[in-house]
Amino acid sequence: MTTPLPAPAVCLTELAIAFALKGGGRYTAVEGIDLAVAPGEFVAIVGPTGCGKSTLLNATAGLVRPVAGRVEIFGRELSGLNIRAGYLFQQDALMPWKTALENVAVALEPKGVAAAKARAQAEQWLRRVGLAAFTERYPHMLSGGQKKRVALAQMLIRDPEILLMDEPFGPLDAQTRQLMGNLLLELWAADRKAVMFVTHDLEEAIALADRVVVMSAGPAARIIGDFRVELPRPRDIAEVRLEPAFHHIHKEIWSQLRVEVQKAYAQGEAG
Amino acid sequence: MNRTKLLVLQVGVGLAALVLWHVLTTSPILGNPKQIQFFFSTPVDVLARVVKEFSTTEIWRHLWITLLETILAFLTGATGGILFGFLFARRELLAAVFDPYIKAANALPRVVLAPIFALWFGLGIWSKVALGFTLVFFIVFFNVYQGVREVSPVVLANARMLGMNERQLLRHVYWPAALTWMFSSLHTSVGFALVGAVVGEYLGSSAGLGYKIQQAESVFDVTGVFAGMLILAVFVIVIDAIVTVIENRLLVWRPGPATSVQA
Repeated sequence: MTTPLPAPAVCLTELAIAFALKGGGRYTAVEGIDLAVAPGEFVAIVGPTGCGKSTLLNATAGLVRPVAGRVEIFGRELSGLNIRAGYLFQQDALMPWKTALENVAVALEPKGVAAAKARAQAEQWLRRVGLAAFTERYPHMLSGGQKKRVALAQMLIRDPEILLMDEPFGPLDAQTRQLMGNLLLELWAADRKAVMFVTHDLEEAIALADRVVVMSAGPAARIIGDFRVELPRPRDIAEVRLEPAFHHIHKEIWSQLRVEVQKAYAQGEAG
Repeated sequence: MNRTKLLVLQVGVGLAALVLWHVLTTSPILGNPKQIQFFFSTPVDVLARVVKEFSTTEIWRHLWITLLETILAFLTGATGGILFGFLFARRELLAAVFDPYIKAANALPRVVLAPIFALWFGLGIWSKVALGFTLVFFIVFFNVYQGVREVSPVVLANARMLGMNERQLLRHVYWPAALTWMFSSLHTSVGFALVGAVVGEYLGSSAGLGYKIQQAESVFDVTGVFAGMLILAVFVIVIDAIVTVIENRLLVWRPGPATSVQA
């Protein structure tokens, strides 16, 4: 093995993750996962509900231990938490007892940045996500979209090399999703990080990503499709959907995804 | 319902009760008023007694003693509750081993401890502080324990992904979460601190509101008992109002009907 290529940002090999069930026994969430994400690559992962997309992210983040296989980050096997990654959660993950500014600034404390400097940087980041006027608000005083912006700033201020996002815009309304998508692309374009973006919204996946990975219905979900999205950047989330190339790739991926969604649906009906 | 209307109704209920009390104890409806007044006193007498009490400086000393005991009982109980709540929540084994003992200790009616505390700590303020401590400790302990254990797993995972070490997690996540739970029980625990102080005074002391009431009772001075109860009730309301002010100051981040802004 003498490949001169730079090591991928994330490399999952033969990965399997299982959970112990309450009544005994084991539930295998994902199995036989092989996935490599190059530095600077934006990969979206789509699949039916409950297929283990989030589990995959959690394993990459080091929040969940795989039962088999390897997680490599920039060529080094992951042990413990993945400190080179930032994680944007689907649910509210801000500390409710801290203001927007404090929530963003506190992310620099583990790096040993002095408090005053951290606050100044946090203010800058809040301005970049369009929340300059809301620095002193507590999370409960912010709307869903505003909270996501704070969380985005909180993640990005640490300058992580890998961004893990678990349906981050899932709970938002359609317009806010578009705004957040464009904001994300704009921030990402500034210094391209490797991104793993989990979503169940195929259109969102295509509009954002360089590559769309399709997972099968669980249990023991696998990767069953891997599509390049050859749409030019910079993109506008709303406009890119109108292009013929978008429709073409959407059709191609959906024909495969639909089967899995139906399978998952049938399982849901049966169970 | 608007505020003034509510206030009028609230005052109305109080006045009606006072008038009823006055009429039943001063007119011969239920029998000889002199006899009835021995058992129930009259609102005018009780008020007159309260005014008379406050015309001397004596009552302030009693109030101060009770207040001091309440504050000390609350501070010691809350400190102990926070420390042990934290410790047990972070050390599963410790919590499991001590679980039956803590339940047993908490199930014990604290009044039976009062004579023992009087024996151990004397008849001064410390036996009352000890009684209040046993009440406050468990309330705060259980709340902090639960608060630390029930920290939102997402907030925790997020904080860990930000790279926080155990000490930083404690400071930014566990501690504020535990404080929230402690403050949510602040009214209850301050109330119980006061109960400990007054019950302790009642059972054996030489100062405080509980002592005043007990003194009046021992000579069948019903007017004195009611006057003491009235002073105690106002005292409790004032303390509770102060607690509310402190609470609103410290929990400014918490969503509430008055502060909630939906953008």
